[in-house]
Amino acid sequence: MMLLDVKDLWVKFPTRQGLFEAVRGVSFSLGKERLGIVGESGSGKSMTGRAILRLIRPPGIVEADHITLEGRNLLDVTEKDMREVRGEKISMVMQDPKFSLNPVMRIGDQIMEAYLVHNSVSKSEARAKSVEMLEAVSIRDPERVMRAYPHEMSGGMGQRIMIAMMLIPNPQILIADEPTSALDVTVQRQVLDIMDKLVKERGMGLIFISHDLNLVAEFCDRVLIMYAGRIVETCDANKLHDAKHPYTQGLLNSLPRFDQPRRHLDVLKRDPSWAEVPSVKGHT
Amino acid sequence: MSDLTLRQWLLSDAPTSRRQARFANLYKGWLNFRSNTMAMFGLGILVALVLIAFCAPIVAPHDPYAQNLANRLQPIGSDGHLLGTDSLGRDILSRLIYGSRITLYIVTLVALIAPIAGLLVGTVSGYLGGWADIVLMRITDIFLAFPRLVLALAFVAALGAGIENAVLAISLTAWPPYARIARAETLTIRSSDYISAVRLQGAGALRIITKHIWPLCISSLIVRVTLDMAGIILAAAGLGFLGLGAQPPSPEWGAMISGGRRFILDHWWVATIPGLAIFTVSLAFNLLGDGLRDVLDPKGKSQ
Amino acid sequence: MTMITINGLNVWYGDGRDHVDAVKNASFEVAAGESFGLVGESGSGKSTILRAITGLAPNWSGTISIEGKQLSHGKRDREFYRRVQMVFQDPYASLHPRHTVDQVLSETLDLNGITGIDQRVSRLLDGVGLDGKFRFRYPHQLSGGQRQRVAIARALAGEANIILLDEPTSALDVSVQAEILNLLTDLREEHNLTYLMVSHDLPVIGHMCDRLAVMKDGEIVETLTVDSLRAMRAQHEYSRSLLKASIV
Repeated sequence: MMLLDVKDLWVKFPTRQGLFEAVRGVSFSLGKERLGIVGESGSGKSMTGRAILRLIRPPGIVEADHITLEGRNLLDVTEKDMREVRGEKISMVMQDPKFSLNPVMRIGDQIMEAYLVHNSVSKSEARAKSVEMLEAVSIRDPERVMRAYPHEMSGGMGQRIMIAMMLIPNPQILIADEPTSALDVTVQRQVLDIMDKLVKERGMGLIFISHDLNLVAEFCDRVLIMYAGRIVETCDANKLHDAKHPYTQGLLNSLPRFDQPRRHLDVLKRDPSWAEVPSVKGHT
Repeated sequence: MSDLTLRQWLLSDAPTSRRQARFANLYKGWLNFRSNTMAMFGLGILVALVLIAFCAPIVAPHDPYAQNLANRLQPIGSDGHLLGTDSLGRDILSRLIYGSRITLYIVTLVALIAPIAGLLVGTVSGYLGGWADIVLMRITDIFLAFPRLVLALAFVAALGAGIENAVLAISLTAWPPYARIARAETLTIRSSDYISAVRLQGAGALRIITKHIWPLCISSLIVRVTLDMAGIILAAAGLGFLGLGAQPPSPEWGAMISGGRRFILDHWWVATIPGLAIFTVSLAFNLLGDGLRDVLDPKGKSQ
Repeated sequence: MTMITINGLNVWYGDGRDHVDAVKNASFEVAAGESFGLVGESGSGKSTILRAITGLAPNWSGTISIEGKQLSHGKRDREFYRRVQMVFQDPYASLHPRHTVDQVLSETLDLNGITGIDQRVSRLLDGVGLDGKFRFRYPHQLSGGQRQRVAIARALAGEANIILLDEPTSALDVSVQAEILNLLTDLREEHNLTYLMVSHDLPVIGHMCDRLAVMKDGEIVETLTVDSLRAMRAQHEYSRSLLKASIV
C-alpha cells in the first residue's frame, strides 16, 4: 500500500549568486517499508525530509507536482491543517535530541503533554500511557526518567525518549533525520533496534535519512542515493554493495574497512555529469 | 578596469591577494548593508549631517553669533530667516548648522573613548579571568550602579562646565556596558578551538587579545555604539540644557532648547527646531545601527 | 626511541563537589615514527589526554614526557609547541572566522620565527594539496575538507614532529575523510611524523595506526597492536564489543 507519493520535488533558496537548488526534481513513493535516503552533506537529503513536512521556511521555496498523503496533496493543505499532519500523520526525529526537548520541563511532563494534545483522556491515564511508551523504547526505569530533566539524560536515552514522543500519536510515517549520528556505535545499534521493532509492529512507513551507507544497507529495505539534489540510484538495501552508479561505488570504496587494511583509501572522483543526469524515480 | 570587471574582481570567490580579499569582504558587507533601505536612509542623513557640518560657513545664511535684538523671535519662514530667530535675534538655521559641528564633535569623541576603554577592560578581564576579572568587573559594576546622567553631572560639577568636560563625563559613564559586552563575547571566544589552536602555536595573551579576540568583539561593539549614539546625543543635549555642557553663546542643540524653553508657549519653534534636529540625528543613528547589526553581528547571521 | 611517554596520568575538571575525573591512571608509550590510536566512546576521556599533553587541560597529575623530557605543570614553552602540534576535530570551529588562510599560516610561521614567509605559505599549501587560489580565502569560502587541510598545514608549519589528531575526520563526509586520511598517511612518511590519534571510529584507527589503546570511562582497558585486534586477539570484553559493533 502506498502511504506517500512525491513527484518532481524542488527546493530552492535565493542567494546573491542566484537561485540555489538544494533538491532538484526528486520523485519517490513510500509504502509500509523502511526507505533509506543516503548522500553526503549538501546532497539535499535532509531538505527532502523537511520539504515533505513543509518545514522549509521562506525565503526557501518548495515546488512539486504533488506530495500526496492519503489522497491529499500536502502542498495545498492550510498551515493549520498541516500542523495536524505533522505529528499525527507524519512524525520526525532529528539528529540531536538535546535540541528537540525542552530543557526546563521534566521529560514526563513533555511526553504527557504530547499525549494530551492528541488524545482527550485524563491526566492519570496520560501518565500511565507515557510510562508505557518509555517501556516500549526499552527504558528500564521509566518512573525515574519521567521525573528527570533532559540534561540528565545521555544521548542514547534522549533519542529513545524522542522516538517515544514521536510515536505517541501513532503516525503512519516516521521521518528520521540522522537519528543516530550523534550516538556512540554501541548505543546506535540499540536505538535502531527499538525503532525497527516499533515501525514493524505498527506497520508504519519509515524514511531514514543518513550519510552512513553501511548503516542504511543493513537497516533499510530500499535505498535512494542522492547526489547534488537528485536521486542518482535506487536499489534494494541488501544489494547496496553491488550498486552500479560510480558515485555509490566511490562512496563505498572510500570507507576504511577494519578487516581489509590498505595503504591508501580510494578517493571518490566526481564526474560533473552526475549532477546533470535527470533524477531517477524512486518508486517501488 | 571597467565597472563590471571591478564588481567581478570584488565578488570573486578566489581572491589573489591580501588586498583583494579584504576589499572583497568589505564590498560584500556593503552589498548586504545596501539592501537594507532603512539603514541606507539613516546613513544618508548622517552623511548629510557631516557634509553640512563640514561646509557650515558656506551653507549657513548668517553668522550664528550675530545678534539683532530688533529682529528677535521671528517666526518660521520670516524674511531671510527660514527657521526664524531666537530670543537674541540670532538665525536659528545658522545656529543649527553650526551646532551640528558640536554634536559631531561630541559623538566622535565619545565614540572613540568609551568603546575603546570598554573593549580593553572587557577583553582583558574576560581572557585573563581570575583576579584580573574580579577586580575589573567590580570597578565596572561601581560605574554601572550610578544613573548615567547623575554621574555625568557629578563629574562636570567637579571638573567645571564645558564641552570637553561634558564629553569626558559622558565617556566615563558610557564605557561599562561596552566592557560587559566585550567580556561576554571574550568568554565564548576564548574557549573556541581557533583560540586553542593559536595558543598551541605559542602565542601570548597580548597577541591573542589584540589579533584574535578584538576583531570579533569590535563588530558587536560598533553596532552597540551606533545604537547608543542617540542616548549619547541626548545626554550631551541634557547637559547642555542644564547649563553644564556647552556654554553660551555656543550653538549647541541642547543649550538651544534650554534657551527656547522660556518662550515655548508663544514662540514654540525656538525650542522645537533644535529638538527636531536631535530627534532626526538620533533616529538616523538607530537606523544605521540596526542595519550594521545585520551586516556585522556574527550571531545574527543566519544560514 | 619513545616520543611520548604517559605514566599514571590523571586528569580532572572542577573542584570539590564538581570534581570530575576525566582520565584515570592512564599509561602508554608512543615510539618515534609510530602512529598510536586512542579509541573509545564519547566521554571516555580520550580527547582529554590530548588536551593534557598540550596544556589545554591544566589539572593533571602523573608524568608526561616528550622525547624523554618530562613536562612541567606550568605553561608549555615555545620549544614544546615547535615539536608538538594538534589538529582539531571540527574544521568549522578551528579556524578564525575573520582570518584568511594566508593570515592563519603567516602568523603561525611568524610565531615560530621562520623567515621567508611568503614562499613558505605557498609550499605549505602545496604540501597539503591545496591550490594557490585558496590562499586568500576566508574559512567560510572553503569546504570542510579544505578547512581541515588548512588546519593540517598550520600544524605542520612549525615543523613539529609529533602531531596530535583529535578526531580529524569525524565532521567530514566519507569521501572527504578518505582524502584527508590519505594525506595524513603521506605526510607521515614524507616528514617522518609521530601521530597520536583519537577517534571513536575503529575502522579509521585501524586504517591509520599501528597500535591502539581502548578507553572506557576514563581508563585504558587494553593496549594492543591493530594486527592482534584484527586477528580477534583482544582480551578485554569491551574491546571485543567495540570491534563487533564496528565490523559490518
